Amino acid sequence: MLDIVFWILAIVAVATALGVVLLKNVFRAAISLIFLFLIVAGIYITLHADFLAFVQILVYVGAIGILVIVGIMLTHDITHGNPSSRFRLPAIIVCVLLFCTLTFSIVNTPWMISDLPPNEPTTAFLGEKLFGTGGFMLPVEIIAVLLLTAVLGAIVLMREK
Amino acid sequence: MSVGLEHYLILSVVLFSIGLYGVLAKRNAVIILMCIEIMLNAVNIALIAFSRYVTPTMLYGQVFAIFVIAVAAAETAVGIAIIITIYRKRDSISVDDFNITKW
Repeated sequence: MLDIVFWILAIVAVATALGVVLLKNVFRAAISLIFLFLIVAGIYITLHADFLAFVQILVYVGAIGILVIVGIMLTHDITHGNPSSRFRLPAIIVCVLLFCTLTFSIVNTPWMISDLPPNEPTTAFLGEKLFGTGGFMLPVEIIAVLLLTAVLGAIVLMREK
Repeated sequence: MSVGLEHYLILSVVLFSIGLYGVLAKRNAVIILMCIEIMLNAVNIALIAFSRYVTPTMLYGQVFAIFVIAVAAAETAVGIAIIITIYRKRDSISVDDFNITKW
């Protein structure tokens, strides 16, 4: 059952990612990207990461998707706005080489698969990891500073002189 | 053959390659930003797959994925702001015209 779900999600994810790259209309590419974010949330659910699936929908579909669409609306050139540059062929070669190298190393690595059952639901465990002793308290605070800096930077950049 | 760690990793590699192609071969700056998001999502899939299959009780991969999502949100906000600022100046979002800092 989980296998069928994974294959469907994987095929749709690759199709929507190709849609982002290949569609001529930038707005349709953005819609395709938002579908990809939703599909990735589904993939997280198949990996027993329920909290991250909801964070994915909240942050990516809700915030980043809308932000990208607003960015497209504020700049013209929607219908013919997805041309390739002159590096198209070298880019294809680089990507195929990267894909072959990584796939080769993934298939030939003996992964240490654990048999333990996954924690579920993950929210309490993640909170323990993020805010408990011996956890990631300092990175969480640094992320807060980073987000504040990003907001201030965006405001400063967009301010009318 | 049932779905395991390798399948998720290969899915992640496929998405990462598509995103890299978009970053390298596209002219529209917004599309390039979207392709960076695809690459970050691919890395998140790999991190969570490792977290699920290698250390299922530790959840470190999911913690890293949370940080990646936070950094991606900050990156998109600043990236869109930069693109719109350059669009106001140059009236274009093609990266071929983004040579303001070139001397």
